[in-house]
Amino acid sequence: MTSLTAKDKEAVKAIWAIVSGKKDDIGTDAVARMLTVYPQTRTYFSHWKDLSPTSPAVRKHGVTVMAGVADAVSKIDDLKGGLLALSELHAFTLRVDPANFKILSHCILVVMAIMFPKEFTPEIHVAMDKFLAAVALALAEKYR
Amino acid sequence: MVEWTECERATIKDIFAKLDYDSVGPAALSRCLIVYPWTQRYFGNFGNLYNAAAIMGNPNVAKHGTIILHGLDRGVKNMDNMKDTYAELSVLHSEKLHVDPDNFKLISDCLTIVVASRMGKAFTGEVQAALQKFLAVVVSSLGRQYH
Repeated sequence: MTSLTAKDKEAVKAIWAIVSGKKDDIGTDAVARMLTVYPQTRTYFSHWKDLSPTSPAVRKHGVTVMAGVADAVSKIDDLKGGLLALSELHAFTLRVDPANFKILSHCILVVMAIMFPKEFTPEIHVAMDKFLAAVALALAEKYR
Repeated sequence: MVEWTECERATIKDIFAKLDYDSVGPAALSRCLIVYPWTQRYFGNFGNLYNAAAIMGNPNVAKHGTIILHGLDRGVKNMDNMKDTYAELSVLHSEKLHVDPDNFKLISDCLTIVVASRMGKAFTGEVQAALQKFLAVVVSSLGRQYH
């Protein structure tokens, strides 16, 4: 994967400044969508009683995921180092197949397009897509 | 054969009935060329694709975006026989255009995002699921004649 240019980082920080106030809603909707649109992802949540879009577990998880994204934005200059602990969590405890990072990233982008249609220009879209791919790569760092 | 629920059929027809093909097609294709620049390899004779502004203003891109949407429309009108509907286009994309079928997923993702931005809150998880399924069948049908 290509690394983030200075222009990409500026774009990510710019759009994050606009959307971060709604990050909990974005996370909730993204996780809910992922479970609905890509039912195979439900296999990771068999321990939840309720996988419906309005379930408290879905909201809590959406909030958790977006807190991680927020953290990644603040550590955008060193994602591998900054996300080390999260990588170990995903590698040794959660063991989420990395293909799913792409799926959740796509859902996050869809929600951003819905909530911020004017601001989510193609230039912002490519920067965010690259950023989320870089985050996914950092998360998969410790897998093997 | 793909099985569609009544709800999925209605949802797909409803999505496409509400789309302005002349706007959504160009938006989806230009987004694809900007977000996944390697896809520009298939449009060498389209003129200026040097930056996002050039791509979004390029009349060849716009024209082709609309053609793509009309291609999807064929699938909407033949949901029970997408394989045969897209057989000829599949041969075209493999034999003549030599498009890597992985690219079909890329433009599907871009189209999903454009549709989401146009439909706003109406683009619920269920609606997205139906569109995702429809586009996956189109992608699969387009890839069938490759060997």
